[in-house]
Amino acid sequence: MAEILKVSDLQVYYGSIHAIKGISFNVMEGEIVTLIGANGAGKSTTLNTVGGLIKAKSGSILFDNEDSFSMSAEKKVKKGMALCPEGRRVFQQMTVLENLEMGAYTRPKGEVQESLDKVCELFPRLKERYKQVAGTLSGGEQQMLAMGRALMSKPKLMMLDEPSMGLAPILVQQIFDIIVNMNKQGTTILLVEQNAQMALSVADRAYVLETGNITTSGDAAELLESEEIKKAYLGG
Amino acid sequence: MLGNLINGISLGSIYAIIALGYTMVYGIAKMLNFAHGDVIMVGAYIAFYSISYFGMPALPALLLSIAVCTMLGIIIEKLAYKPLRNATSLAVLITAIGVSYFLQNAALLLWTSNTKVFPNIFANIGAIKIGSVQIAPVTLVTVFANIVIMLVLTLFTSKTKMGKAMRAVSEDKGAATLMGINVDRTISLTFAIGSGLAAIAGVLLCTAYPTLMPTTGAMPGIKAFTAAVFGGIGSIPGAMLGGILLGVIEIFAKAYISTQLSDAIVFAVLIIVLIVKPSGLLGRKINEKV
Ligand SMILES: Nc1ncnc2c1ncn2[C@@H]1O[C@H](COP(=O)(O)OP(=O)(O)OP(=O)(O)O)[C@@H](O)[C@H]1O
Ligand SMILES: [Mg+2]
Repeated sequence: MAEILKVSDLQVYYGSIHAIKGISFNVMEGEIVTLIGANGAGKSTTLNTVGGLIKAKSGSILFDNEDSFSMSAEKKVKKGMALCPEGRRVFQQMTVLENLEMGAYTRPKGEVQESLDKVCELFPRLKERYKQVAGTLSGGEQQMLAMGRALMSKPKLMMLDEPSMGLAPILVQQIFDIIVNMNKQGTTILLVEQNAQMALSVADRAYVLETGNITTSGDAAELLESEEIKKAYLGG
Repeated sequence: MLGNLINGISLGSIYAIIALGYTMVYGIAKMLNFAHGDVIMVGAYIAFYSISYFGMPALPALLLSIAVCTMLGIIIEKLAYKPLRNATSLAVLITAIGVSYFLQNAALLLWTSNTKVFPNIFANIGAIKIGSVQIAPVTLVTVFANIVIMLVLTLFTSKTKMGKAMRAVSEDKGAATLMGINVDRTISLTFAIGSGLAAIAGVLLCTAYPTLMPTTGAMPGIKAFTAAVFGGIGSIPGAMLGGILLGVIEIFAKAYISTQLSDAIVFAVLIIVLIVKPSGLLGRKINEKV
């Protein structure tokens, strides 16, 4: 298995706030890797830095064996990275179809339809609502749209930031099923979650982030059984 | 009465074309480009010199003027506004006022303060008579141009990939970046379109009101900004509606109330509309998000 993402000694600051304090982790092709941690641990900061929305102070980011430390976010999308950001951030005033089309912005025109079909297979709900303005979708539907939109770029690596946030348990289950499905169809996944139980049960490996440092890492199934993790993140 | 209405629509159509530039730039870059009015003035001077000094026909002169203003818009954005992308909106506003004065003073240096008389580009076309009302050719062309511009822009933003990307950028720059959209280039394109429209407005304005000096763009610029706010800033149909209403109100105020007070009346109407509907006539409710 090839290494698709390798992050080494990453340091990120917001002004004088030291948010990420030299973390290193990697993702292998075909894996589901999850990054868990408490509020404010730096999970979103990590994803946004890898995705290119935030610039790191130092460290290295290798994506698909290419130095992408100072690559612009839009170039990373072209290279096969997709980030489904925290809080969904669908284009509220655009229709579902337009949102999906924007997701395929970097793709050649001839391949858009094929991706649309694929996304609608995973999210049948979206197809029924093509013409609906995204701002009027329910929270769960918006999350599906955000994931579908990210998938439209046909990414090699899909990064998801708290896809289960604010959803009812049944929808959470559905979202996680879809994540597993996407992975089975060949998309590598880097998943950030508050819902550690769920995340660990679908992931291959996991990293635990605490105030900007990675404190634990390893096999997801093992972490799920670890007393320490149970105490800190699984409510018992 | 009918004559005044036609004059009002004509003047309003010019405001509308200028307001479109304001509204598009505001929608995408979230800034008020107060130098927009002065780009109009530059456009008018380019057309004036091309026609009166170099004997160019009106259409090529207009095209040259559009090309120069488009470039000017791109350059202004690159040099003055882009470095302030993450600055406070107050800093950007003050910079825009600075750019406005810079353009006016550069015009003063280049072209002096002497008033130029803009050539009548429709000199050999007579007025069109409908019943008892005479309609000047410039009026017809202005109204027609306004409608065409509005249609083209609406189609552009709703049907083309680039236009949709523009709407995406106007909603959420971060999310647009994650789609692979080049936000800087999109903003640059918006300035280019707005400034190109300013050139068209400048030529139409000076054809209808043929005195040209370095401050020519200032007042129409402010009125068009008012029109954009009036119609709902960020909205393309809003700019058109706001522009035309403003023109009609202004001409009627001049004709029936007082020439001196007409501007005061225009702004009073704006204030009333904003009290009743703070987002403007066709503006979307601003949904504050964190
Ligand atoms: N724009 C910002 N400016 C300043 N500090 C920030 C900014 N964004 C995040 N931070 C700080 O950086 C730290 C990490 O934040 P981050 O959003 O990455 O946490 P998180 O793990 O994603 O939390 P959550 O689970 O609540 O989403 C926090 O202490 C936060 O206050
Ligand atoms: Mg977060």
